[in-house]
Amino acid sequence: MSTEPQIDVSQILGHFGPYGGRFVPEALIGALEELEEAHRSSQLDPKFGAELAELHRTYSGRPSIITEAKRFAEHAGGARIILKREDLNHTGSHKINNVLGQALLTKRMGKKRIIAETGAGQHGVASATAAALMGLECVVYMGEEDTKRQALNVARMKLLGADVIPVTSGSRTLKDAINEAMRDWVTNVETTHYLLGTVAGPHPFPTMVRDFHKIIGEETREQVLALTGRLPDVVMACVGGGSNAIGIFHRFISDPSVRLIGLEAGGDGVETGRHAATITGGTPGVLHGTRSYVLQDANGQTVESHSISAGLDYPGVGPEHAYLHDIGRAEYRAITDEQAMHAFALLCKTEGIIPAIETAHALAGALQVGNELGKDAIIVINLSGRGDKDVNTAADYFGIPLG
Amino acid sequence: MTALDNLFTKVRAENRAALIAYIPAGFPSQAGCHRVIAAFIAGGVDAIEIGFPYSDPVMDGPTIQAASVTSLENGTGAAEVFQALATASAQVPAVVMTYWNPIEKYGINEFSSAIAANGGSGVITPDLTIEESQGWISATDKSAINPIYVVAPSTSDARLSQVTAKCSGFVYVASVMGVTGARTSVSAGAADLVARVRRTTSLPVAVGLGVSTREQAKGVAAYADGVIVGSAFIKALQDAPDEDSGLAAVTELARELSKGVREGR
Repeated sequence: MSTEPQIDVSQILGHFGPYGGRFVPEALIGALEELEEAHRSSQLDPKFGAELAELHRTYSGRPSIITEAKRFAEHAGGARIILKREDLNHTGSHKINNVLGQALLTKRMGKKRIIAETGAGQHGVASATAAALMGLECVVYMGEEDTKRQALNVARMKLLGADVIPVTSGSRTLKDAINEAMRDWVTNVETTHYLLGTVAGPHPFPTMVRDFHKIIGEETREQVLALTGRLPDVVMACVGGGSNAIGIFHRFISDPSVRLIGLEAGGDGVETGRHAATITGGTPGVLHGTRSYVLQDANGQTVESHSISAGLDYPGVGPEHAYLHDIGRAEYRAITDEQAMHAFALLCKTEGIIPAIETAHALAGALQVGNELGKDAIIVINLSGRGDKDVNTAADYFGIPLG
Repeated sequence: MTALDNLFTKVRAENRAALIAYIPAGFPSQAGCHRVIAAFIAGGVDAIEIGFPYSDPVMDGPTIQAASVTSLENGTGAAEVFQALATASAQVPAVVMTYWNPIEKYGINEFSSAIAANGGSGVITPDLTIEESQGWISATDKSAINPIYVVAPSTSDARLSQVTAKCSGFVYVASVMGVTGARTSVSAGAADLVARVRRTTSLPVAVGLGVSTREQAKGVAAYADGVIVGSAFIKALQDAPDEDSGLAAVTELARELSKGVREGR
């Protein structure tokens, strides 16, 4: 069997080496070209930039601060640990950066309806929020399994005026919510924008979503330089689809001294097969319109992923991460559920911050890397989301009785 | 020339459209799929599409999604797809319809060779864009099989020319914006799209998505060279109390549809 796909990268942008591209029905090509053009022209339009910057400043609360985690650092070999506080954004995670940008693009294209997929519900909540703010109709597809795991976020989306449609096909999780959103988009593409929540999917999504999140790394670089007088040694983030990681990595890619480390969801352990560590445990393939690493079997069928974190529970990953991995610019490690929950509890008790379980994977990675590098190292972690939504899961995990 | 090319030459001479029937490999069971192929032939279909079931069928409605799940649970992989293809192609022109990732996983050149080795005329690739097609076009050239692309009502005239230039065998016209599945009427837009396609190519044009009755087949046959029916056959099998009555229903539906494709002009 061949593992060397022949690729024509000359005719279309949106490739990262052999990854990325566009694998979609012809029905969607017009909409993707329209979106690509709207994104391109908006990047050159100072009015668009000013409008987005104003929303960042007055609505989502940017720039987000950095916090030095001194007590947590005692468990990480004494390295300096700096947290980029995306959890303090409106709606509680980095997701708002992307949805505000795409919602503005939706208006720019004259569309009135957005659809979105969601796993943990963070992207669904952020999409419903932006839709309410800008007067757009919003439909969120969510795996039936996830609507049960994340009932609080379902209620949030409904309060914000969105329709939440439980998806009962396939594994009833994020992957199937994306399938159902794509079916809706193929049918309603003239009136509807698909507000994809991560740096995956067909071109221009991986590039466009990265462009809306790269502000995270731009702010971080300035803030860390101001605080410490030098660049950090390591920048770390959790990776599901990979949007918060690309957001904080991007500004540092051209700083060769800065190690970039993505932490994937190792579930019960990559060796058990029950995990969502796509780069660590997957192979190159095509899923949801893009070529990247995929968890798949010998026939190219997508394999179901497993993670305690609904937001990382996805068998694909953004194509730019696949490329950064292959060229050796970024490293990817798997963190098990157990390691992530240990770091989750540690941050709660040492810093008074309850992180999202997704983010706890990055914190666990920092404990490892801090101990490897010792006390002279400066490690930045993207604290991508807050853990309010995970209180039930955590209480269950640690045996804390509710009510 | 593939068997599929020859079929379209023949039906054009007979001044009618071809009836093309779809069934996923491994559905309703591995042996059952081969019996469905026999039922198609008994009902007079002109060509058969064998579906490669896929875990994430974003272009399919509930009927084919459910059939894909059944087929995957029955253990269908590339080997079973090629066996079904060989059974079908021994009797009528046959092609495989598949999402792209199973081809890439199998190996582009290896997949194309296996299609030819099992008597297949071509492959329909609904999510492969022409921009990502270079390797595939040279593989299908080498194997002398037809690469068949799907176009949609939203496809611009300029892009239609580019897509049909890569196509051979026939151009697959998706009659509506949406997913597969039986519909009460076939969109009027289908005739317009067929006319737009014909301005870019002399290839035969076949229409799929939504055809389930003799009347609809007759209507489409008035302007298209081929009528593709999938979900209606699967539904007949799913709704039947047992496999034998399902197979009888498939043959009966195929007979009706094959009358329809002869009544259009």
